[in-house]
Amino acid sequence: MDRHHVRLTPVLLAALPLAVLGVFFVLPVGEMLRLGLAPHGRLDLGGVVGTLTRPRVVRVLWFTVWAAAAATVVTVALGVPTAYALHRLRLPGSALLRGVVTAPFVLPTVVVGVAFRGLLAPSGPLGGLGLDGTPVAIIAALVFFNLSVVVRTVGPSWAGLDPRRGEAAAALGATPWQVLRTVTLPALRPAAVSSAMVVFLFCATAFGVVLTMGGGRYSTVETEIYYLTTQLLDLPAAAALSVLQLAVVVGLLALTGRARPGEQSDRTAPVLRRPRRSDAPVLAVTAVVLAFVVAPLAAVLVRSLRVDGAWSTARFAALERPPEDGTLRVPLSQALETSLRVAVDATLLAMVLGLVVAGLTARGGSRRWRRLRSALDGVFMLPLGVSAVTVGFGLLVALDTPPLDLRGSPWLVPVAQALVALPLVVRLVAPALRSVDPRLREAAASLGARPSRVLGTVDLPLVWRPVLSATGFAFAVSLGEFGATSFLARPDDPTLPVLVYQLVSRPGAESFGAGLAAAVVLGLVTSVVVVAVERLRPPGVGAF
Amino acid sequence: MRTTRSVRVVAAVLTSTAALAACSVSTADDEAPRKDSGKAPTKVVLATHDSWAMPKPLVRQFEKDTGLDLVVVPNGDAGQLTNKLVLTKDAPIADAVYGMDNTFASRALDAGILAPDAATDQPSSADAYDLPGDSRHALAPVDWGDVCVNVDDAWFRKDGRPEPRTLDDLTEPAYKGLFSTPSAATSSPGFAFLLTTVAAYGDGDTGEGGWQGYWKKLMANGARVAGSWTDAYEGDFTASGEGDRPIVLSYNSSPPFTIPKGGTKPTTSALLDTCFRQVEYAGVLDGAKNPDGAHEVVAWLQSRAVQEALPDNMYVFPVDADATLPAAWAKYAEPAPKPYSVDPGTVAADRDTWIREWTDITSG
Repeated sequence: MDRHHVRLTPVLLAALPLAVLGVFFVLPVGEMLRLGLAPHGRLDLGGVVGTLTRPRVVRVLWFTVWAAAAATVVTVALGVPTAYALHRLRLPGSALLRGVVTAPFVLPTVVVGVAFRGLLAPSGPLGGLGLDGTPVAIIAALVFFNLSVVVRTVGPSWAGLDPRRGEAAAALGATPWQVLRTVTLPALRPAAVSSAMVVFLFCATAFGVVLTMGGGRYSTVETEIYYLTTQLLDLPAAAALSVLQLAVVVGLLALTGRARPGEQSDRTAPVLRRPRRSDAPVLAVTAVVLAFVVAPLAAVLVRSLRVDGAWSTARFAALERPPEDGTLRVPLSQALETSLRVAVDATLLAMVLGLVVAGLTARGGSRRWRRLRSALDGVFMLPLGVSAVTVGFGLLVALDTPPLDLRGSPWLVPVAQALVALPLVVRLVAPALRSVDPRLREAAASLGARPSRVLGTVDLPLVWRPVLSATGFAFAVSLGEFGATSFLARPDDPTLPVLVYQLVSRPGAESFGAGLAAAVVLGLVTSVVVVAVERLRPPGVGAF
Repeated sequence: MRTTRSVRVVAAVLTSTAALAACSVSTADDEAPRKDSGKAPTKVVLATHDSWAMPKPLVRQFEKDTGLDLVVVPNGDAGQLTNKLVLTKDAPIADAVYGMDNTFASRALDAGILAPDAATDQPSSADAYDLPGDSRHALAPVDWGDVCVNVDDAWFRKDGRPEPRTLDDLTEPAYKGLFSTPSAATSSPGFAFLLTTVAAYGDGDTGEGGWQGYWKKLMANGARVAGSWTDAYEGDFTASGEGDRPIVLSYNSSPPFTIPKGGTKPTTSALLDTCFRQVEYAGVLDGAKNPDGAHEVVAWLQSRAVQEALPDNMYVFPVDADATLPAAWAKYAEPAPKPYSVDPGTVAADRDTWIREWTDITSG
């Protein structure tokens, strides 16, 4: 009899994030699919089959999957050692480096693309490699943008691993390699698989990177949907491809859902140690990764500081002054303020919803509940795997009748950003929550602690780090987000990425330089905010 | 007992979310719902492409003069803008629209999303820009610009090679690997350049003739297709400092922006025999909540004040011949004497086929 009541809270709690997802994602996408697949009220699947069997579509799908898979493998391979170096070793300036690795995540692709291409172009420093406009260039840029996802997901998880297990294994005669293989990696697998999944979805739906780096020569499912929707208004074909996209995402979620073991070993407050000689390979990989991340960033920075062949901060100074020609351009500080304001909303929303979902998916329970749980977890991943243009058009078509006439509402932007950040939050927090030994909770409860007290004294100290990491991430997602901002009903009040885009889209070296300078500010602010958030600590949570 | 607790927990989460998030969005939302008291609505919504830019004082003046409250909603590029309006025909997202160009406008006409007679006080010089086939005058021309091949004069002076002048020149061995153009599939100037070649060479079969044959020669001569205008102009063009291609597709309004500090002349020029004329239109949406306000907006876009602000803010030419151009424009932004054009109806009908063929040729 009690059991029914126990279930009531999770069901009610799950209703909140599900409602948000339903209104802002399921409804719009469903509406676009309906328009495409059943234009006259009758389901017409002939068109879908016709679209999907075109040789071109097969080629496009193949390119999408292999490029995203290759980028994901490389990102994880480089990201895991980097996560270790930046989260487990006592390195000088590792907080700074963690910020640097995050910067690419928020930079507008158009800016980084130009910088990247400047390095790869025949006349650039890496021109000899002949990579300009090749799939390799696309993959390299995807890796560059997504490294921080792996570093920031695997890092906190690694930081909280209890080193004594590995030490015990070593004392029993295991080689460092064996320790890594049998103790450490299995414990990290949930975080690594999680982050790989997110990276894959980001890569498979990348748009600007493919255009900029591939020079319009390579099509992915995403660019194809964009083209069919925005240029041709061919909704049946776009819907067919969206169905394909959804099928791939759902298939992947099912696969990785199997690969993710539910439990992690015990967690402790992280212990940083000095690098030893055995860490040399890891440090070497990390150095390569950092060089790879810093080179395009440096290219952007250098170009923003070169004015007429000399070093100057004039571009930065000019950002604050309104232009003399009377054109519309908000001062940098105003755009930054808008960005931060939206980011605060989006982050709060993402964190509240994310913690609810993570809390629900981290609970033990019957087998059926566990299956439901992983479905719930997967459902919130969907927005990452569906074309932004489909959601964008869908919002306009679906939310056009009161009480849901939300078109032009200032809420759209933070909500859209929160939905992108949500799966990242869940993926960072849920494994940590799952690794809290239920016996600790039971012990506390049997000593008379109320559930809220258990949460505060048992769960919170153990998951505080991932929660902060997730907060920083949500913030970064929002600060760098560009797609949803096309719904901003206020072109005279742009966010910082929109300002960058406005500046680089006008002719003249001055304007482009100003755009680069604004992008530098965006990268810096994001890095600083993310690093600062990570250092917060609630009173009473153990010092480390 | 437990039920009430669970309700309490959920209520706490809900209220805290609402309270937290309300702290900043609400400050940005100043729209009070208005009761319909029989008075004319004061809010008028203008849907535009995302290159929209107008000085604030101008907008304020318009609001003061008309008593209207202008809300501008950007909706992506010209194609996205048009398609979104077609999709939301039954519940329009705006009262007026600005930014559909002559390559997309006929789709809007065919879909019947516009009310007739948009312009109330059109400058007579604007009539020349009316969209062919728009018998109901649903579209009011606001501005135009020529999409032309640009060359880096400084680079050619230093190099000693003669500058190219025509479309044919671009396929000559002398200019191998020197040209960059944005993709016709994803960029509006890129598509305009494809139309230039369609108008110049005709629609051939997929053999060696027509524009298809021209593009094959162009690609064989090392032309680069870039993802966007920014990629081509800021990334590939030598005049922007980093690129290594001195020939790029841009606009006839680009050269004035290359006047160096302290200099008087641009270092680049537009090839006026390679241009396609893009015209941008405004209109009143059928089923607008505030049709009178929408007409006022269209009239404002064609008014002298806005027409004179267009060049500096959106890099386009006013349709009003009596509007004063900025000094550098008057001197260095030359209109093409005989721009290429393609019938809007044909563009609407063949867009897909052309872009598909173009994609096959350029990504081969």
